[in-house]
Amino acid sequence: MNTTAPTTTAAPARRRSWRSVVASAEIDTRQTGMVVALLAIWIVFHLLTDGGFLTSRNLWNLSVQSASIAIMATGMVLIIVSRNIDLSVGSLLGFLGYVMAVLQAHWIPDIFGFGFDRPLTWLATLVVGVLLGAAIGAVQGAVVAYGGVPAFIVTLGGFLVWRGLIFRMGQQGKTISPLDSNFQLLGGGPDGSLGATRSWILGALGCGGVVLSVWLSRRRRRRYDLAARPMALDAGLAALACAAIVAGVGLVAVGYESPIDGTPTGVANPVVILVLVTLAVTYLARRRRFGRYVYAIGGNPEAAELGGINTRRTVMMTFVLMGVLCGVAGAVQTARLNAAVTNLGIQNELDVISAAVIGGTSFAGGIGTIAGAVLGAVIMQSLRSGMVLLRIDSPSQDIVVGVVLVTAVGIDAALRAGRRRTVVATLVVGLVVAALIIQTGRQ
Amino acid sequence: MTATPLVEMRDIRVAFGGLQAVDGVSVDLYPGEVVAIVGGNGAGKSTLMHALAGAHAADSGQILVNGAPVTIANPRDARSQGVEVIYQRLALADNVDAAANVFLGRELRTRTGALDDAAMASATRDVMKRLNPRFTNLTTPVRSLSGGQRQSVAIARAVHFNAKILIMDEPTAALGPAETAQVRELISQLKAEGIGIFLISHDIHDVFDLADRIAVMLQGRLVGVVNRREVTKDEVLAMIILGAAPAGDPRA
Repeated sequence: MNTTAPTTTAAPARRRSWRSVVASAEIDTRQTGMVVALLAIWIVFHLLTDGGFLTSRNLWNLSVQSASIAIMATGMVLIIVSRNIDLSVGSLLGFLGYVMAVLQAHWIPDIFGFGFDRPLTWLATLVVGVLLGAAIGAVQGAVVAYGGVPAFIVTLGGFLVWRGLIFRMGQQGKTISPLDSNFQLLGGGPDGSLGATRSWILGALGCGGVVLSVWLSRRRRRRYDLAARPMALDAGLAALACAAIVAGVGLVAVGYESPIDGTPTGVANPVVILVLVTLAVTYLARRRRFGRYVYAIGGNPEAAELGGINTRRTVMMTFVLMGVLCGVAGAVQTARLNAAVTNLGIQNELDVISAAVIGGTSFAGGIGTIAGAVLGAVIMQSLRSGMVLLRIDSPSQDIVVGVVLVTAVGIDAALRAGRRRTVVATLVVGLVVAALIIQTGRQ
Repeated sequence: MTATPLVEMRDIRVAFGGLQAVDGVSVDLYPGEVVAIVGGNGAGKSTLMHALAGAHAADSGQILVNGAPVTIANPRDARSQGVEVIYQRLALADNVDAAANVFLGRELRTRTGALDDAAMASATRDVMKRLNPRFTNLTTPVRSLSGGQRQSVAIARAVHFNAKILIMDEPTAALGPAETAQVRELISQLKAEGIGIFLISHDIHDVFDLADRIAVMLQGRLVGVVNRREVTKDEVLAMIILGAAPAGDPRA
């Protein structure tokens, strides 16, 4: 989807040919840049913490901590791409989490009389939470799309309404705990991981999926006699993806031994959910008409309308999807806490929007990728996690994340305008300010 | 011309608030014919055509396609009547590629309902071979294309879906001389295939080179429809500016 504007002035032949290889490979240069940035952040923190960052334990925790924000960020991308915003996700997540907690701890056992901790309680709870999220998303989306009220206002209202409802339900701050034992597994607690064998099976499925999708894409392009990428390049990229999967499963998930019994933990359930959500939303965004329409609306709303697209319905559906994802993320967060608290999800809307934006989503509309937003969430969580290891106080963490957010978007804008000097200047200023704050914020 | 007109618009009226943008205009179009709609800014040319394209429905009046009355309330209705529009600049989504733009709103899908991008790219390439053989850039966002290439994408959309009636809104306004020549050639080609074309234009030279008949509008009203061979450019300009119908025009 994204390309950087190529400069057409006479470039040395060697560089031009390198560019043409990149172009024919259809590699997303922006996403590649973000992966490089993430690796740089990891290495810097690893050095600063004397080898404390790139450990199985830290990366495993990082993956679990990123999951909930990343799950919601995948939906936020589509909302921002279609030139809207959703400020209500933190409150909505809290509200859905609270409803799900009350449902499994009180309503199902007491009101319906099925008892606590039944085998299917977790599923019923999750389904109700997700459906309620979809319904609330539909209401907010309908007011935006059909009512003509700006999304900023509608979801600002939602931000207040859903948080207020939590307090009304919770009688001024009551915590709901404990939760259903199966439901808790969604949060990736002590037993909420796949273990070694199933993690390797998941990894194998992932590698198989990568190879299959590359092969299918090549076959399809051949059938229509379209230029396919060089075989070696496709094979190389597939091998790289598989290597990353194997490294993730082997070094991080299976490498992390449970602090309780010392057995390999495996991939945590929230991460499994995140992977499934990412695949599903990416499929929606890239392979379905819905996604195509979302991007077309973001690129040119008039053209989309004139093209006969039902733009209002499409916009409403982005909010429905967001509501569903808030339900999923709400389940993950409450399960992880084994409790529903009234301040669950506070400020999450800002983290989710930041993740999408750091991940390359443009507020001008039409541009943004699902994988980028997940990367954005991981980058943010990496910064926080690294700063925690460095014992940097929480206010300084916020300042650094804020500086990084603005720097990332500034670099992106300068790259798009082709102003290389501005890119370098922004990067240097951002890094210096961040370093200064990290240095002075150490306790 | 005794055959049934391809399109007949009768007594079309469109108002924006208190402003009567189109005030009782009737025009028709025959197969293989180019009818130019000319007039100054605010004459109501585009508004009249928007009523046929479904971009903005008429308040009153009748539209007949092949002699049968039709209702055109939105772009989908227009398309189902074989009406395709080439807008000057509105109608491309800049951030997606040529194939996605050609098929926007009418995507090809696989058996599972997923987008069939390869099939769409292939069909786009085939149409482009006919229209603009130099066009090979099927997979980059159309933002990075030149004005002529973008116009090719817009025209490809109409051609691929077998338009019967084509509305071209200032098709050459954003183009250089070579690209303009290309679009003109294309218009002749489409004409020869029996497609009826409404051409909205400011450019009196374009109009005299391409149109068979010229409909002149002024302040929402139809000044007259003249046969291009029977009038001079000065006469048409007088109609545009003064609303003066040339002698002997039955419609004035």
